[in-house]
Amino acid sequence: MTALLEAQDISKTFGNGVRAVSSVSLHVGRGETLGIVGESGWGKSTTAKMLLRLLQPDEGVVLFDGADVHRMRGSALRDLRRRMQIVPQNPQTSLNPRLTLQSSLEFNMRAHGIRAVERGRRIPDLLDRVGLDPSYARRYPHQLSGGQLQRAAIARALATGPDVVVCDEAVSALDKSVQAQVLNLLATLQRDLGIAYVFISHDLAVVEHIADRVAVMYLGRVVEQAPADALWKGARHPYTITLLSSTPGLGRERIVLDGELPSPADPPSGCGFRTRCPIAVAACADEWPLLTVRGADHLAACVHHRPQLAPAVTAVPA
Amino acid sequence: MTATTGLQVTDLHTTFGSKSRAVHAVRGVTLHVGAGETFVLLGESGSGKSVTARSILRLYGDTAHLGGRVTLGDTELTALSPKAMRSVRGRCIGLVPQDPTAALDPLRTIGSQLVEVLQVHGMQRSKLDARGRARELLELVGIPDPPRVFAARPHELSGGMRQRAVIALAVACEPELLIADEPTTALDVTVQALVLELFLDLQRRTGMALLLVTHDVGVAEELGGRIGVMYAGRLVETGATREVLAEPRHPYTRGLLDSLPRPGIPRGELPVIGGRPPMTGEVEAGCAFAPRCPRAVSSCRETAPELADLGAGRAAACPVVNPVPALTSAVSA
Repeated sequence: MTALLEAQDISKTFGNGVRAVSSVSLHVGRGETLGIVGESGWGKSTTAKMLLRLLQPDEGVVLFDGADVHRMRGSALRDLRRRMQIVPQNPQTSLNPRLTLQSSLEFNMRAHGIRAVERGRRIPDLLDRVGLDPSYARRYPHQLSGGQLQRAAIARALATGPDVVVCDEAVSALDKSVQAQVLNLLATLQRDLGIAYVFISHDLAVVEHIADRVAVMYLGRVVEQAPADALWKGARHPYTITLLSSTPGLGRERIVLDGELPSPADPPSGCGFRTRCPIAVAACADEWPLLTVRGADHLAACVHHRPQLAPAVTAVPA
Repeated sequence: MTATTGLQVTDLHTTFGSKSRAVHAVRGVTLHVGAGETFVLLGESGSGKSVTARSILRLYGDTAHLGGRVTLGDTELTALSPKAMRSVRGRCIGLVPQDPTAALDPLRTIGSQLVEVLQVHGMQRSKLDARGRARELLELVGIPDPPRVFAARPHELSGGMRQRAVIALAVACEPELLIADEPTTALDVTVQALVLELFLDLQRRTGMALLLVTHDVGVAEELGGRIGVMYAGRLVETGATREVLAEPRHPYTRGLLDSLPRPGIPRGELPVIGGRPPMTGEVEAGCAFAPRCPRAVSSCRETAPELADLGAGRAAACPVVNPVPALTSAVSA
């Protein structure tokens, strides 16, 4: 496996005792999209920050092109920053309100030693690529709509010529008609520039559309990981099956879970999903099942090899 | 339809700001929600859906100018004094806002907030009775351990439980109408399902009318009932929710549904509506959707079409309706 970016058993516990991420292993190949899905508080963004070296893992390593990201110094680290970029969720807060788009893009390029002549040449091209008129370079963030701002944030991420872009809920704040435009843009950029994405979202329908491989997180762990189509055709973890059934547009019969979402500060013993799992057995309270192979490149962490869940029998009146 | 029961909104207009810089956020909305019925207002940000809901409650006070008529049962809300309107809010109309954390007083227990609502509106005279009723309400909204939640402060509860507590507050006085403004947007999908089910269950038990505002097609589908699709301050399509979503007649509804990711669409080839939705009040002459509409004709840019009856309870504000074919072009703007 020649992964471009790889996490091996990374964990993070915060000072308040919250174990946000436990033994997560992931890999992304060149030009590939890895989707990470899960609900809020399940460690998706913490994982992303560790991949980007914005947070130091307590255990485990992150490798970029085979080199340990968290041991890099000097020019190797600067080079890493150039090659890994992020598109955050909220474009209103991620772009400096007092800088024009031109200045925001220049700022990022200057930090990476791109010369003035080259910067001036690249900016119209970048804006054009993300579907903004080059005249927008003179505008400030408040003069743009949400969709235009997110395009600008993408342009800024592209400015340094990255190999990997981490999109952390990058389309979640957009209206649906605009979201489709940005998803198409991301796909076009990947095809033209060969960028790899780590695409984090709580919306399975979006991840289904954009990702080659998907990791499903629950309570700080990856509970299932598989190529996207294998996951839609045959999910092997009860949580994935439930999420799929709860996602509108995928046309599945809904499975309704009882029970409260556990708190990452006070997780249940054993498998974190057992308190809501309709098919939990006694052994589930003992320990988290290990991720085991369920097919080609398909891993799941459940004691049941082929979990079967019954759809809800509640009658919803028309 | 003569509205002797439920909510009747007739030609509602809401304008913010002074005459020279007026923002016309709602531009003539007419809708009816009968007792026991559900009406979903679907739209993107800036479409005027929340402003419509809040205008019904007259929450903008002097900051907005309202036009048109709103009646609930035999009461004309738009003619009430501010004081009389205050006794309608919470008593006859319950509101469930989007963010349950902001809707609750962080310093007080859930129980004391419920008791206050019950006593302010004269539902329960004695504190003891009010407490008993408050516990019943917590049970009614499916809270598993009412005594604990009664004594808890908002930060001690999960998001889903907080939203249930807010719903308990909103239905405490058995209102004729419940307005829910994006009630599940802040919740995770597996919790969202439970909360939507709760709304339908409460409605079956109490017979109240439900007006739910959402941007989420999935939520609308789940709830059923009737739907009104809003664009730039107007209703562009109405009808039975499942029929409208299965076979939309207005090009905007069609485009919105087509742009949702779903299985079988190759990556990068989502059909899109070009351009962007107009910002609140940013509308020129003619149909507001015309600049983005693949089927616009020259007359669309001159006069804004009115909602026209298409039969079978359906209506659309488009002169070129009849079944609209799916968008085929996937070329992004």
